[in-house]
Amino acid sequence: MSDALVEVRDLVKYFPITRGILFQRQIGAVHAVDDVSFDVMRGETLGLVGETGCGKSTTARLVMRLLEPTSGTIRFDGRDISRLSRRELKPLRREMQLIFQDPYSSLNPRKTVGAIIGEPFAIHGLETGRDRRRTAVQELMEQVGLNPEHYNRYPHEFSGGQRQRIGVARALALRPKLIIADEPVSALDVSIQAQILNLLRRLQQELGLTLILIAHDLSVVRHMCDRIAVMYLGKIVELGDNEPLYDHPRHPYTGALMSAVPVPDPALASARRREVPPGDVPSPTNPPSACRFHPRCPKAQQICSEVEPLLESKGNTIAACHFPLTREEASELVATTAA
Amino acid sequence: MSPSQLLQIDDLRVDFATEDGVVHAVRGVSLEVEAGRMLGVVGESGSGKSVSMLTVMGLTRAENATIGGTATFEGKDLLSLSNDELRRIRGNDIAMIFQDPLSSLHPFYKVGAQLVEAIRTHNDVSKRAARSRAVELLKLVGIPDPEGRVDAYPHEFSGGMRQRAMIAMALANDPKVLIADEPTTALDVTVQAQILDLIARLQRELEMAVVLITHDLGVVAEHADEIAVMYAGQVIERAPTDVMFKAPEHPYTWGLLQSIPRLDRPRDEPLVPIPGRPPSLIALPGGCSFHPRCPYVRDRHRRVDPKLEQVPGQNGHLVRCLLDTQVRRDLWGELRRGRLPEDARNRVKLEDSA
Repeated sequence: MSDALVEVRDLVKYFPITRGILFQRQIGAVHAVDDVSFDVMRGETLGLVGETGCGKSTTARLVMRLLEPTSGTIRFDGRDISRLSRRELKPLRREMQLIFQDPYSSLNPRKTVGAIIGEPFAIHGLETGRDRRRTAVQELMEQVGLNPEHYNRYPHEFSGGQRQRIGVARALALRPKLIIADEPVSALDVSIQAQILNLLRRLQQELGLTLILIAHDLSVVRHMCDRIAVMYLGKIVELGDNEPLYDHPRHPYTGALMSAVPVPDPALASARRREVPPGDVPSPTNPPSACRFHPRCPKAQQICSEVEPLLESKGNTIAACHFPLTREEASELVATTAA
Repeated sequence: MSPSQLLQIDDLRVDFATEDGVVHAVRGVSLEVEAGRMLGVVGESGSGKSVSMLTVMGLTRAENATIGGTATFEGKDLLSLSNDELRRIRGNDIAMIFQDPLSSLHPFYKVGAQLVEAIRTHNDVSKRAARSRAVELLKLVGIPDPEGRVDAYPHEFSGGMRQRAMIAMALANDPKVLIADEPTTALDVTVQAQILDLIARLQRELEMAVVLITHDLGVVAEHADEIAVMYAGQVIERAPTDVMFKAPEHPYTWGLLQSIPRLDRPRDEPLVPIPGRPPSLIALPGGCSFHPRCPYVRDRHRRVDPKLEQVPGQNGHLVRCLLDTQVRRDLWGELRRGRLPEDARNRVKLEDSA
């Protein structure tokens, strides 16, 4: 048994764009995830960061096999799951669970909290018998910091933060090996976010969970994750351990993301050089040639539009770039206490 | 009112009668902005930050709303103007941009046509002149190929471009005051940075007064001159931006600063969540409205409602807190050294709960 719980190799997902109603012709494809490889080690938290449309959520849904990959392989716990049928997948669903972004739309308003958290048991025929299931659910509620007496309440009686706790309890119910949290705090109020982040961290330590955290907020990812993969237009552009990556990002896109994060310190904010890439993320239907970041990259040269850079070691992280950031360039972009 | 204040809000109160009871959305808010300056209004959902500004614009006038106080703009009280009089000011002298640019633009009309409408509502100019002004505005807000883009529909714009178009529309009539309500919340970080830089640049170039409403302290840190923190319908602290971050006085402000993960702090620094959640605006707690969540609460704080008072010796720094000034300084000192709130509380002698 290897140390990696999830091994993703050359994963590709194209969504076809069709025209016509009866005879649908494919006229193009959205290159949502394009040749992505990474591992998730047992017990670690891997962060997937990137902006809207970079393919981070699609990647997570492919790993869980909620989407059919176009090509590539996904190994979970040593087993290739990329071509399993729906029936073969069912027992695997117990091993991986998802926490959603929006605690308002991801809970059925007509079910009690007890029924929502107990539903995974019902689906998989576990903890049968009314009292047994009730006890199991109440233990889960306790574990995530909800009052077990609120078993019979409905979602609308809870605040956003408490609803997110319900989502976490539901994800934990089957004692999964892997939890994927897709923007778990971005819909919550600032003062509540820390409650949920601390909860996830504590549960991970207590239960030895493996976590994939998807977020657009680089500060949240830095706080939570052991390793981080930065995605841009369906590709991983940089992958590295937390501290080396934040200390010295190598890919200009990672540097740009970091320079764009608002820092609640006026002195630091003005000392930092902000280099925000101009314009918008190009369409994934027709991504730029070679390095996909080249049209917006401040360091781009001729070669960047001709030869695709490979994801290779740059010393502290692995990055796909012909002209990685030097230490000086990086330190100007990143706000640190030392600055 | 000092002559330099362009917009002065005084003791603004807004109540909404609902089936569940009266919602006290805004409870005595006083704020002012000068020309060429940016005021950041920070608060969580339900803190009254948006309702205050919407009320100033006359956008909360409804049968169930009770509005009190004044909002003075160029010698006129906006709150007592008729709807017709207000309409002449709104979108003209005072403009507003909202969080969600997609739902603020009409999907059926070309972006240019919507800009032309905004211009011609307040100015008697020809369609042709308005159109060239529209192109000029799109150029001003940094939309590439403005001559071509003026004939695009909102769905053909990306999120960042739509927000730029909204800003262009707000600027159409050279407003003196721009109110931006969470203008970047729906946007990606790099686009957020672009939009904030744009607003700050336009503010300087056009010498507008800007009110930037946000829940994110980081967003106001870079551009605002002054910050007001709101909680449960009140301003609980106000200070110049650098003071607010260097020497905050209110426990809620401390809580906000300590509960967010920050790139500029050591990674293993623990996040200190603010316990509980914001109060119901129908049944507000007695005394200080933050007391149920405050780690430093004393008995007296449950009974006495604190006033927004100047921090002794600190011009322009106001705080609504019953703790003694020296106690607050000591507590913040302990927190800055990385102590948790309970720890800080034990180390600093709070006043006796008389």
